Amino acid sequence: MKRPGKDTAAGFRKMSRRALIVGGAQAGFMGLLALRMRYMQVEEADKFRLLAEENRINIRLIPPARGEIFDRNGVPIAVNDPSYRITLTREDAGDVDAVLARLQAVVSLDDEELERARAELKRTQPFFPVTVADQVDWTDVTRIAVNTPALPGVTPEVGLTRTYPRGSDFAHVIGYVGPVSDYDLSKMEAPDQLLLIPRFQIGKVGVESKLEDDLRGKAGARRVEVNHIGREMRELDRREGQQGRDLQLTIDADLQNYLQARLDGESAAAVVMDVRNGDLLAIGSAPSFDPNLFVRGISVADYRALTDNKYRPLAAKAVQGIYPPGSTFKMVVALAALDAGLVGPEDTYYCPGHLEVSGRRFHCWKGAGHGHVNLEGSLRESCDVYYYELALELGIEKITAMSNRLGLGERMDIPMSAVAAGLTPTKAWKREARGQEWVIGDTVNSSIGQGYVLASPLQLAVMTARIASGTAVTPRLIKKINGIEQPSGEGPPLGLNENHLRQVRKSMYSVSNNRRGTAYGSRIIAEGFRMAGKTGTSQVRNITAKERAAGVRSNADLPWERRDHALFVDFAPYEDPRIAVAVVIEHGGGGSSAAAPVARDITLQALYGGEPPLDAYPTKDRNRIRELQNRLRDYNPSTGKDSKSRA
Amino acid sequence: MSFLEYNVKTTPSGIRKVLYLNWPLVLLLTAVSSFGFLMLYSVAGGSMTPWAEPQLKRYILGLTVMFFIAMVPIWLWRNLSVLAYLGSLVLLLAVEFFGAVGMGAQRWIDLGFMRLQPSELTKITLIMILAAYYDALPLNKTSRPLWVAIPVLLIIVPTFLVLRQPDLGTSLLLMIGGGTVMFLAGVHWAYFVAVLTAGIATVTAVFQSRGTDWQLIKDYQFRRIDTFLDPSNDPLGAGYHITQAKIALGSGGWTGRGYMQGTQSRLNFLPEKHTDFIFTTLAEEFGFVGAFSLLGLYALIIVFCVSSALANRDRFASILTLGIATTFFLFFAVNMSMVMGLAPVVGVPLPLVSYGGSAMLVLMVGFGLVQSAHIHRPR
Repeated sequence: MKRPGKDTAAGFRKMSRRALIVGGAQAGFMGLLALRMRYMQVEEADKFRLLAEENRINIRLIPPARGEIFDRNGVPIAVNDPSYRITLTREDAGDVDAVLARLQAVVSLDDEELERARAELKRTQPFFPVTVADQVDWTDVTRIAVNTPALPGVTPEVGLTRTYPRGSDFAHVIGYVGPVSDYDLSKMEAPDQLLLIPRFQIGKVGVESKLEDDLRGKAGARRVEVNHIGREMRELDRREGQQGRDLQLTIDADLQNYLQARLDGESAAAVVMDVRNGDLLAIGSAPSFDPNLFVRGISVADYRALTDNKYRPLAAKAVQGIYPPGSTFKMVVALAALDAGLVGPEDTYYCPGHLEVSGRRFHCWKGAGHGHVNLEGSLRESCDVYYYELALELGIEKITAMSNRLGLGERMDIPMSAVAAGLTPTKAWKREARGQEWVIGDTVNSSIGQGYVLASPLQLAVMTARIASGTAVTPRLIKKINGIEQPSGEGPPLGLNENHLRQVRKSMYSVSNNRRGTAYGSRIIAEGFRMAGKTGTSQVRNITAKERAAGVRSNADLPWERRDHALFVDFAPYEDPRIAVAVVIEHGGGGSSAAAPVARDITLQALYGGEPPLDAYPTKDRNRIRELQNRLRDYNPSTGKDSKSRA
Repeated sequence: MSFLEYNVKTTPSGIRKVLYLNWPLVLLLTAVSSFGFLMLYSVAGGSMTPWAEPQLKRYILGLTVMFFIAMVPIWLWRNLSVLAYLGSLVLLLAVEFFGAVGMGAQRWIDLGFMRLQPSELTKITLIMILAAYYDALPLNKTSRPLWVAIPVLLIIVPTFLVLRQPDLGTSLLLMIGGGTVMFLAGVHWAYFVAVLTAGIATVTAVFQSRGTDWQLIKDYQFRRIDTFLDPSNDPLGAGYHITQAKIALGSGGWTGRGYMQGTQSRLNFLPEKHTDFIFTTLAEEFGFVGAFSLLGLYALIIVFCVSSALANRDRFASILTLGIATTFFLFFAVNMSMVMGLAPVVGVPLPLVSYGGSAMLVLMVGFGLVQSAHIHRPR
């Protein structure tokens, strides 16, 4: 190869020039890189530092322990029990299927749950423990502990589970908790971060739901360092949360238990209230259900059984069931008439067994009539015609005003679900709601608690308590929150003439103590414990003229759904009232035969603070009562399989 | 015979050649590589395995290769240029047919002890053949179209083969590297203006081809460009890498978060933290001071090469040295631009620092040639 010597110098000069251009361009670009570096690392450093921190630091919430619930004497009603669940961590397990197969040989696993766990294991990060079985008992935990070497990645974890030791006794009052649903979240404007924790439980019904904010507590938080896939590397610091507030109910768990036992078998509700301060001592509905089933996740079959039951076990009938009050409404009309100065206690009306009003015949329950009836007689024997006459003169507005003063038509402020307002009709209401004018027959019907008038058992108890105390007492369910006494239900005087109230109370006394009283059969004979009450039987159907001509069929002959509701309200002791009781037995038949004995038994149980002596009962009843007491003593609420042994 | 023109008497021979090595350059290369060992130790969580130790071994192997190449007279390498170039074309074709597929592209041949990336090797052999070509070409013919067409063909053939793998980054580097050599050799300005215009037209055509059945580059390459233009567009997908890289780099601040204290790399937020994105780890842990120091070292390597080239009156040696320096420059300039969000993510390693055998070995071969040119320069 020949070297062109002549060219060399010129070529070299040109190349040097170009090399300097290239080198200069490179230097310029490096300067640009340096500037960019400086801009990002010096000027923007804070921004990027913050982003780096956001990357690496995660806030993990620590769920607080839920507040516990006790009865007025400190008996636990809703508690947090340690519970065990079995988790599997994929990265520790190695062969997931093999480990699951071995696990299944050691403890029994639900197929459905297992399928779900398998799917979850595939989806989640390998270090994330997936729950394979929830709510396992201690024996399973020990069995797994023994087999640890064969079960890599399997860990029993302890957690807290809501347990209701009194089970079905308090189902309607306390309700239950369950996992947060999308629907729950959709109802909230700014949901607490806690609710987003998987499997976090919140109150769904009843006190658990209504006082959720008190019970839930405040979440603690841990700041942890995580890597790019969210694995926790270390904890940076932690702030403890605040556990939920404990609640103390006004309810007496033993009385509640008795009430549920006594109502068992019926579709019924009963309320026991302290007339002086409004404390609800017992408030129950039958049939009931075991709230523990819901916490564990109720099976489809169990749930279907509850919803298909015509006795509606899920309904808290004591507060959400509304019934025509029937004759228990007569005290309202009587007080309204006395207050209006329409009648005196001794004024009488003549009852021929019916009353003709604008061409329509309104019947008294007693076809033969009561003859001349005064106030006491009208309540004692529950004469309907007496009240028809009063109502015609009073008009509906005065009756409704008095019913409102006694607490009807008002939604009571207690933390249970779906507390009903009932209905105390007015002319304006009918025009608006029904688009019809009020007719005189509506007033007549209302006077005996039929027609449009509707009240819940709770409202009937409040009404009775107000009559007994003469004060506008309101019901109270929560005695203490975190040890702090809640406002009492004591109310100001009703502003009714004490004489009028005394007349009505006296009349109610004779209902259950006078030989001719409708509830004489359900009297209390223990001195100082005598009760004053009123029966009520409310029709759920119209009796046609034809039927009446053929003779009204007795309730026993009718299908269950068409029988009358049986009601009874009372207060006791008559001389110094302490408690008011209301009992409604759906389609139970007559108030005196079906509801009064139940109310009497509950009243005695409440007055004695336990099982009453037999000599509080009339002599001829005692054998029957003894048998009843023996039977009820064995009554246990349903509380789920493993909590029964503890209870 | 051309090699006789060298003044053999003043050119060192035998073992004495070692004394005439460009020792400052050796020190600089070692310093840069040490940054690599340090960072590879750090990203492994304070461990020599799996990266720092193999990288150290490769560097020692690379140094040995460099010394061996440096001992061989530069004219011998010049005479081997054609062979080397043809050899690398054969290897590129071999990749085409037998290559292993990695990251959606055929890039390497598994030799058992290492994975050979012929495209890396081509970067050096292309410079060699171009330098030899212009060494042989009389100066007055340099800008004649026919004599310009030959080197253009020499560049286009391997570029096309690399593009077929497909490896857009390397093919661009080959073109720019080859073009720079032509520029250095004194080809007329007008050609470069023409090529630039054509280049812009091509880029436009590529973008126009998107979504049609004659699409010129792969979808993932389009996505990388999209992501480069707006990383926030796709923060969890392709944009995640560049976003995390920028966070790591920026959070370093003046002096960094401390050695082995970088949260972005330690907690794995950084992708490819031991290879293409290793610079962000360095910037995170040593801050602006550390990152700028590395840039300074790179700049010094370029300076030593350029000054060695300018002092060398042998045209082949001079062009070769400048070409290799340019290739080296392109490596770190593209890599740094990429991790700092100035260029799309094209998969170019940080020279001598990123973990990887092929790139390290090829660079050391290149510097061996630079050393050989330095030792055997006419005196």
